[in-house]
Amino acid sequence: MSEPIAITEQAVNDAVDAALAALETATDSATLRAVRSQHAGENSVLASLNGAIKSLPGDQKAAAGKLVGQARARVNQAIAAREAEVVTLEEQQKLAAEAIDVTAVATRRRIGARHPLSLLQDRIADIFVGMGWEVAEGPEVESEWFNFDALNFDADHPARAMQDTFFIDPPESHLVLRTHTSPVQVRSLLERDLPVYVIAPGRVYRTDELDATHTPVFSQVEGIAIDKGLTMAHLRGTLEHFARQMFGDGAKIRLRPNYFPFTEPSAEMDVWQPNAKGGARWVEWGGCGMVNPNVLRSAGIDPDEYSGFAFGMGIERTLQFRNDLNDMRDMVEGDIRFSQQFGMVV
Amino acid sequence: MRVPISWLGEYVDVPADASIDDIHAALVKVGLEEEGSHDFDLQGPIVVGEVLSFEPEPQSNGKTIRWCQVRVAPEGQQAADGGADVRGIVCGAGNFFVGDKVVVTLPGAVLPGGFTIAARKTYGHVSDGMIASARELGLGDDHDGILRLTTLGLDPEVGTDALALLSLDDAAVEVNVTPDRGYAFSIRGIAREFSHSTGAAFHDPVARVVPVTGTGFPVEIHDEAPIRGRVGATVFVTRVVRGIDPTRPSPAWLVSRLTLAGIRSISLVVDITNYVMLEFGQPIHAYDLDALQGGIVVRRAAEGETLETLDGNTRALHAEDLVIADDRGAIGLAGVMGGASTEIGDGTTNVLIEAANFDPVSIARTARRHKLPSEASRRFERGVDPQVAQPAAARVVELLETLAGGTADGLGSLHHEHPELGSIMLPFGYVQRLVGVDFTADETAGALAEIGAQVEENAAGFVVTPPSWRPDIIDKASLAEEVARIVGYDRIPSILPVAPPGRGLTVGQLTRRRAADVLAAGGLVEVLAYPFLTEAQNQMFGSADGSVVPAVRVANPLDSEAALLRTSLLPGLVDIARRNLSRGLTDLALFEIGLVFLPEGGRRYGQDVLPLGAALPSDDELGELHAGIPPQPRHVGVLMLGNSVDKQPGQPAVAAGIADALDAVRLLESALAVELRIETGSHSALHPGRTADLFIETPDGAVKVGVAGELLPALAHELDLPRVVAVAEVDLDALIAAAGSTIDVAPISGYPAATQDLSLVVADGVPAGDVERTVVEGAGELLESIRLVDDYRGPGLPDASKSLTFALRFRASDRTLTAAEASEAKLAGAARAAERHGAAIRE
Repeated sequence: MSEPIAITEQAVNDAVDAALAALETATDSATLRAVRSQHAGENSVLASLNGAIKSLPGDQKAAAGKLVGQARARVNQAIAAREAEVVTLEEQQKLAAEAIDVTAVATRRRIGARHPLSLLQDRIADIFVGMGWEVAEGPEVESEWFNFDALNFDADHPARAMQDTFFIDPPESHLVLRTHTSPVQVRSLLERDLPVYVIAPGRVYRTDELDATHTPVFSQVEGIAIDKGLTMAHLRGTLEHFARQMFGDGAKIRLRPNYFPFTEPSAEMDVWQPNAKGGARWVEWGGCGMVNPNVLRSAGIDPDEYSGFAFGMGIERTLQFRNDLNDMRDMVEGDIRFSQQFGMVV
Repeated sequence: MRVPISWLGEYVDVPADASIDDIHAALVKVGLEEEGSHDFDLQGPIVVGEVLSFEPEPQSNGKTIRWCQVRVAPEGQQAADGGADVRGIVCGAGNFFVGDKVVVTLPGAVLPGGFTIAARKTYGHVSDGMIASARELGLGDDHDGILRLTTLGLDPEVGTDALALLSLDDAAVEVNVTPDRGYAFSIRGIAREFSHSTGAAFHDPVARVVPVTGTGFPVEIHDEAPIRGRVGATVFVTRVVRGIDPTRPSPAWLVSRLTLAGIRSISLVVDITNYVMLEFGQPIHAYDLDALQGGIVVRRAAEGETLETLDGNTRALHAEDLVIADDRGAIGLAGVMGGASTEIGDGTTNVLIEAANFDPVSIARTARRHKLPSEASRRFERGVDPQVAQPAAARVVELLETLAGGTADGLGSLHHEHPELGSIMLPFGYVQRLVGVDFTADETAGALAEIGAQVEENAAGFVVTPPSWRPDIIDKASLAEEVARIVGYDRIPSILPVAPPGRGLTVGQLTRRRAADVLAAGGLVEVLAYPFLTEAQNQMFGSADGSVVPAVRVANPLDSEAALLRTSLLPGLVDIARRNLSRGLTDLALFEIGLVFLPEGGRRYGQDVLPLGAALPSDDELGELHAGIPPQPRHVGVLMLGNSVDKQPGQPAVAAGIADALDAVRLLESALAVELRIETGSHSALHPGRTADLFIETPDGAVKVGVAGELLPALAHELDLPRVVAVAEVDLDALIAAAGSTIDVAPISGYPAATQDLSLVVADGVPAGDVERTVVEGAGELLESIRLVDDYRGPGLPDASKSLTFALRFRASDRTLTAAEASEAKLAGAARAAERHGAAIRE
């Protein structure tokens, strides 16, 4: 058994000084742990001094206890302060070590893209849905009745032959690849209660060879509104609203007389594109008119009670002049670089 | 329709300073869209010259050129180019004589195609200009030699401006005539429209002609089978002209106008008939009178009858074809093309002129049947003014007399039984209500009078009789268009109508859009392929078992090889992948959302007879129409090849494979809030060991909705694709139909979870998905989540077996689970797996 340590002020101060001096050298958590163990642990001088108190005579215990207790508190406080410093320091070192070149971070997920023609159809749908219209659909292999007869295309009228139609085999079955989205007009009128305000975007087909300005497969958006008291002024108002959403506030519509079997009066519409690259301009946009009474009759609607208008335009063409694209082929070939330019926005 | 401007100016007062653009602008306003313009593309100095002398000079190449001295200005005067009055010119042609008047293009002149004439050294001479052929001047295809002006009956002064002399300074505007406006296929019609647009005075060419009726020529209209109840010929006018001088050339002005109008000059008689057709819109046919046998019968073709038409083809006629016949048989396809037997020839001196009005439908069908669209059929199909036949015949006679030296004969005929156009009641206010413009009554009546209609007013409105040349005006809506058009569409105001509240996009529409957005955000690029497939493509991607899927066939495809409509989106994706690969884009992830066409095998769709238009079909008819449409569900297809993650610093490349295809399917699941069951599958185009069938649970049981996998490597090789091509195709419509409209939501328990692992040893052929489903079933409702974390094969396991390790998380909704409860549930799951799959727990 070793000789008990004398609890002197000198001994206590030495122990504290030794502890504080050792702490000065502790700049990482491992050293700090060693210092803590050596100077504040069970085998430390201060612990021994503390242990010696119980052997002192009763009247000395209080003074000695105070002396040693204050010393231990001082040392523990110093250790805690040092520990906080070391933690901060080490965290900083760790952050420094973790630094990487953020300009060379590997990508884990590839981002794809929507096709601009689909995005444009969605955009157009949103514009009309915002006005309370609904979006209607129909099949692409369509009966000639919906594609022609119900739309006032007489079987022998040159307008029918001018549609450059793909016929389904056998031709006597009177099925075609729809030449326009207009058959959805009649389908909508048959399926829905009046009044009807619908647009019908979709794919259509004509026997044109693919070149810079033609494609045998393209898309259109059709609009039809049937209500009491609709006039060509409402047609123009609707088109102008639509044009402003598509081309900016300065857009406006010009109507020119034209002929379509399913409208009377009929018009060709030009749109004033205020923000066109190369300067504001008039661009031919599509066809429109007041729904021919015969079309209403095909859907069992009394043309003396109801009237309405219809319009249609090519989505490819719209994209072409809206985004200043020259070659139709880029839209149909599926080169991913084309869609990737658009990403998720048209 | 091409309209020579000088000609237009004869019948409407075109302002002298009107440019081609001005004329187009005026015509567009009334609905005649601009198609272009035409001129002879010539620039002077181009003058009349006289050949004074020439020396033939044989060349080493076997050709003989002529070294000519040509007077190009009166003696002692400056030529039009400022040069000498006599020029030396080298000419390769040998068809001219000393003293001939010719057309000389002097240095500085420009010929079509920007070919500038200059004095140039050739064949050892300096050729100071060029003697022109008719073809070089744009006056026809004749390039046998130079143009000798005597052949046109001309003997002008030397030095005269040849452009004005030959009417080569004229130009034409070309407009698109819509199919309702047959009358606008004439100078008369266009002049009238120009007048409507600008207010310029219109001078009807018909009014200048004095119709003279011939008699005595036997004509019989004998239509035993009218189409739709309409007799094939309602007007038939004939006139005989005799003593025509067949050597007379067509005058230059006539050739110029025909050329600008796009019609080739053939012979004076034929040119005159074409000229009057262009002028009045009335197709005219001229027969060689001496080749006719007896009188004329207009009838339907007999069974087995044939006809050699003017183009030299012998045609088998159809019983519906309307023909002109003489005693020997058919001599012409009425209103479409004449026959060879009575063709006007080089020696024709006596002619019979025919100006008729034929039923548009009959002509349209015949022209289509024989693939013979002609200038005549184009006009008849669209409707010819029935009142113009007689004046047009008279105009032809007049021109044959004045230009061709013929003499009108009293012989002829007049048949006129064209039905009168009925009048149309136009109630007051109707036009205003349809067009939205407050037209005054005067404006309405005035506009209709201007287009040539007779307008009478009664208490209820106007009674309007359209002019004879407007068979397209059939109802009050067409009258409204005329009023709006004549007054001007610019008057129409802009009013935004208020639609009733709508229901927004349908669930299906929203879902489709979300599916596309999610796939794009998930790394796939949307493409839109053409839906046309070859037989081989359809077969390749047809079906699970390799049998041919029935496909819709296009009767008139652009590419006869690709006549089928797609039954799958995969062939189109493959084509697009190949195109991208060929452009050096080797890492691809593509998707398409589109219709496929899935007819039932052996079923005939559509119907032979359609309901009529302009009336609501009966419910039965509508039912048949709908039932006749082949099924066209909307599919989603995806294709991946190359790397799905690129090689990068600290990141090895990840090659695309079936995992990416299934990930795309999972994206779809999230977009639709549906769960698909993946099972080992098979498909003739896919890798037999890497094919997943996709099922959805419906109230009627599990339904297969798609497939995912990797292409058969041999097929990929055949298609020039890399070995691994991941694909998936899902029936989006079926998914949308199966998706619930609202999501079933379980309450979230806040009690602690107990997690445990479970390793099960099963035979290696047992699909992990099956084992997982069984464990879920056996473990019961305490099992909150299960995830396969390991698939081990190797030492420590029996042969041909594998150890599947699942991480299980258990939780109760009403208490803290004990470990014992969790273990019990786990063991229940394991027991079920043991029973069903022979699974043993691996300790």
